Amino acid sequence: MSWNKHERLEKNSLLLLGFIIVVVLIGGIIEIIPLFRQETVIEPVEGVRPYTPLELAGYNIYIRENCMACHSQQVRPLRDEVVRYGHYSLAAESMYDHPFQWGSKRTGPDLARVGGKYSDEWHVAHLKEPRDLVPESIMPSYEFLMHKGLRTYDMSEHLEALKALGVPYTEDMVKYAERDAVIQATGAARADTSGLEERYGEGVNARDFDGQKHMVTEMDALIAYLQVLGTMVDFKTGDNEEEATQ
Amino acid sequence: MSENKPDKTPLEDHESRKHVDEVSGVETTGHSWDGLRELNNPLPRWWVWIFLITIIWSIGYFIIYPAWPVPGGATEGVIGYTQYKELEDSQREIRTRQQAYLEDFEGASYEEILNDAELYNFAVSGGAAAFKENCAACHGTGAQGGKGYPNLNDDDWLWGGQLDEIHQTLLYGIRTDSLDSRMSLMPAFGKDEILEKDEINAVVDYVLSFSAGDHDTTRVSEGRIIFQKQCATCHGNDAKGDQSKGAPNLTDKIWLYGGDRETVYDTVYYARSGMMPSWGNRLDENTIRQLTIYLHQLGGVEESEAEAEQDGDVLELPDKGLYDDAPPESPEYEKTQNLPSGEEAVAPQPEAPVAREETEQETAVSDEREPDKD
Repeated sequence: MSWNKHERLEKNSLLLLGFIIVVVLIGGIIEIIPLFRQETVIEPVEGVRPYTPLELAGYNIYIRENCMACHSQQVRPLRDEVVRYGHYSLAAESMYDHPFQWGSKRTGPDLARVGGKYSDEWHVAHLKEPRDLVPESIMPSYEFLMHKGLRTYDMSEHLEALKALGVPYTEDMVKYAERDAVIQATGAARADTSGLEERYGEGVNARDFDGQKHMVTEMDALIAYLQVLGTMVDFKTGDNEEEATQ
Repeated sequence: MSENKPDKTPLEDHESRKHVDEVSGVETTGHSWDGLRELNNPLPRWWVWIFLITIIWSIGYFIIYPAWPVPGGATEGVIGYTQYKELEDSQREIRTRQQAYLEDFEGASYEEILNDAELYNFAVSGGAAAFKENCAACHGTGAQGGKGYPNLNDDDWLWGGQLDEIHQTLLYGIRTDSLDSRMSLMPAFGKDEILEKDEINAVVDYVLSFSAGDHDTTRVSEGRIIFQKQCATCHGNDAKGDQSKGAPNLTDKIWLYGGDRETVYDTVYYARSGMMPSWGNRLDENTIRQLTIYLHQLGGVEESEAEAEQDGDVLELPDKGLYDDAPPESPEYEKTQNLPSGEEAVAPQPEAPVAREETEQETAVSDEREPDKD
């Protein structure tokens, strides 16, 4: 390598820029291109479905309140975490999150498998005043969610947007989004959940999450979201485990 | 910008400008920026070697570990390392260490575990760890409970405190979707307009008369009639509850949601239906069994004690401190806490002999209870 040729690069900024781009691209192509093919990074797993409109609204509240600043959503394949939280997270479990909420700041516990761990009443009481249940908690109170009605009028558009990003929402899901949200927060006791179950599966949680029957609140949505976290994949069957370790 | 002399090729240009710095005696790179030149010192030897070693290291790394992305995944590396396998290894290691206990533990009945100090310790410490992560959020780190979440240290069990009963509750939960779930539903007597407000007030007075709570003595007999009609099916004629229905004993001073007038009124008006998740899907069988033993030693009811109860014996309570919140000036209190909780078998008569004998000394209380006996 002789200096005289390099000097040309050093003194011609456009040429230098061109070569920098070429060099960076080589690295970038090798590292990034394979990841564009989803099947190389997401193992196929049974059971993961798109969020229902109510859960999606809860997910949006989760982002709005920046829960990720203190709660991660990924159980790492480490023994202590698996013992504490359950099966380690699979990429497929958050493949319909746009953006995913893995996080890395663990001030509070990981929430990737919080679904079904506590009762709805517990969540309501805990979100209202965390210290009532966990005296050493430093989590803020989210009582106001109880009093805020849930915004539902634009849910269809929201689903439409996610559909454009590749989330497999069907036309019916988009069309009935608002209705599904209200029905899910009302529950089978007082509403016909057959359509919701047809679209999102039998296992969908449909009940009055926040215990306030007269309104659908943001608390309903957030708890619906928390209660579905990490519950879609059935690890008991063992099939998924094998696939994941391949 | 360019100081290049256009009549020279770059090579000639460079050669012609080869220049040695006068002060240090080191050749410069030949570049000149506004008369400033750069010394062309060789790279330090140690730096060059480390650089070369890292390159060699990376080649070894590429071979040994998964590294290169290829269509359909990545190269696996000769040792086939993945974090999943590392996890499996560490889990296997801990399983091997536990194996000595687990082998015996898995096959052993609860009775055998209780009689084997080593297995018992294994179960209790494992259960304590599992409790902290899974149960403490509701029941408290000391299992002391809270409003709506039962204290697990005492002898007062909603769904039964024997080993198999605790096991069942843990496995399937309370009021969950599971088919084997503990299930019962108290009617909302006020909200669903089963009872008028006056009637509810009377029932509350009657219920509070058992524990000498704040109540209007004149309405007790009215309340008793309503209670027998509406509540006794589950809570029993003597109001001592029924664990098969999860109906709490209303005569002790242990309240799940609070024993003050307003709270009891709310309970009758709106009903309560606390739920506990099923843990069978989340925890493995060994952990559930460990938890069962752990909870049982906290305040579970022994089989033999249950039999003893039927003879009217009083239970030895594990921890008197639990009752610190009781009003110390209430002399009846000490006696109430010794009331056995599952006395239905003894008493078609509302009050067991022990309880009656003691409560009759409290004139106010025994007066209110008098109507029970007809």
